[in-house]
Amino acid sequence: MARKVKYTAKVSEISWITEDVFSLWLENKDAAAEAMPGQFAELYCNDKSRLLPRPISICDVDEENGRIRFCIRAVGAGTNEFSALKVGDTVKMVAPLGNGFKYKDCKNALIVGGGVGIFPLLLLTKKLTGKKTVVLGYRTEPFFVDEFKNAGAEVLIATDDGSVGTKGTVIDCIKENSLTADSIFACGPMPMLRGLKAFGEEKEINTQLSLEERMACGLGACLGCVVKTPDIDGHSYVNNKRVCKDGPVFEASQVII
Amino acid sequence: MNTSVNIAGVEWKNPVTTSSGTFGSGEEYSDFFDLSELGAVTTKGVARVAWPGNDTPRVCETPSGMMNAIGLQNPGVDVFKERDLPFLSKFDTKIIVNVCGHTIEEYEEVVEKLNDTNADMFEINISCPNVQSGGMAFGQDRDMVEIITQSMKKRSKKPIIMKLSPNVGDIADMARAAEAGGADAISLVNTFLAMKIDINRRKFALANRTGGLSGPAIRPIAVRMVYDAAHAVKIPVIGMGGIQTSEDALEFIMAGATAVSVGTATFSNPLAARDVAVGIKNFMVKNKVEDIKELIGCVSQ
Repeated sequence: MARKVKYTAKVSEISWITEDVFSLWLENKDAAAEAMPGQFAELYCNDKSRLLPRPISICDVDEENGRIRFCIRAVGAGTNEFSALKVGDTVKMVAPLGNGFKYKDCKNALIVGGGVGIFPLLLLTKKLTGKKTVVLGYRTEPFFVDEFKNAGAEVLIATDDGSVGTKGTVIDCIKENSLTADSIFACGPMPMLRGLKAFGEEKEINTQLSLEERMACGLGACLGCVVKTPDIDGHSYVNNKRVCKDGPVFEASQVII
Repeated sequence: MNTSVNIAGVEWKNPVTTSSGTFGSGEEYSDFFDLSELGAVTTKGVARVAWPGNDTPRVCETPSGMMNAIGLQNPGVDVFKERDLPFLSKFDTKIIVNVCGHTIEEYEEVVEKLNDTNADMFEINISCPNVQSGGMAFGQDRDMVEIITQSMKKRSKKPIIMKLSPNVGDIADMARAAEAGGADAISLVNTFLAMKIDINRRKFALANRTGGLSGPAIRPIAVRMVYDAAHAVKIPVIGMGGIQTSEDALEFIMAGATAVSVGTATFSNPLAARDVAVGIKNFMVKNKVEDIKELIGCVSQ
């Protein structure tokens, strides 16, 4: 029987990436050794009036030093609490959770991220060994681009206002550059994921999407975070799957979004 | 030292169970601890067929609490019987199956299908605030509480726990109605009907518009209601509502609950129910309490 543990993880590094997005490295050898691209962690607030853990995607892993990196937008009370952590502070964590990207057989990957959805794609980009093209979409100012370049990917950018790269969406960018692939891996806002699902279907490219939903337990028990599915699911026996336990990464064809 | 409690002839090794809907059928949490450490496991609501539940978002956080409107999604009694019950049976703990339905006939069908299994007790959900029919609609009408309790007693070969809604004017009256209908025990409180609005999106935080509020925010109200109910009936009361620690649980026990249930706290701490059981035992050792029964309802008047 698999054993899960609520770890106490120490903050080893914390810094701001943009004015509201920060990078947090937490130390935990066991979780770091196990973590796969596309999986997530539940981080528990130290303020006990905030009951629910925050599901945060794993951005990167430092296996040598047993650390996991999270890049988080400070939007609410919980993420603001995490943003104020100092080196040496501790956070309770359950990780890794969920099913990540299936990437082992991929030879030509198209990796597409939008906004803070780019972060769960970094570890994947590092792990991919074949050709890898990354398309990053932003409202205006790009961030975190060098991290993807350093992972050996060709990086293209789309911005809503055209200040950098293609003016428009990531899909405009893909079309403008006539990009092809044997697999698409994506994370970002729902309209973007819908567009990529349609694009993948049209071009007959295997497409995997990392989804987000409000969660309570994060472990598959409470059924808070479901996504509709075209087929009756083998666990729920209805037309939905749990984002936390069955996902967060799904084959696009498996979900109705 | 004795931590065991007897509820309608069923002996629990300690007075702690899990609140329906927060613990699935135990599988996910068995990764964290041995379910045999609990007096009982109470399952998520089981209906006669699979229910898809409500649209998302289904959950949101509130100050010292949370709201949910899952809508009793469940795979149906046949899958429960084939898959979940055998899993739970591997543990040395009592199994309480929470039963839900849209009509009395639907509740009856579930009970009858599980009568000849090794489930130990049935908890009848007449208090879910997130379904259109059944659930809380039954639990808010005194006569209906009595009628449905009678009908469950007639069909069931196992003890019946009626799970009461706090969204009523007089909880003592509802407790008496369940007792009059022949209930073997009552459990309370289910969640409080609530609403949260997302001012930035100008929308309800939950797709269902309303949801059930749980967590420590409701605990003092729950303690009061458990006290009122326990003083209105002779049958055992299973107390719940925002219990996070053994100290919280002991409040319910001293208010008159024979047993307690840990729900939302499991989301903050997957080990919460076990920790509560361990903490009660430690309290008894420290305070030289020989038998948990000395504490049940010890605060009165």
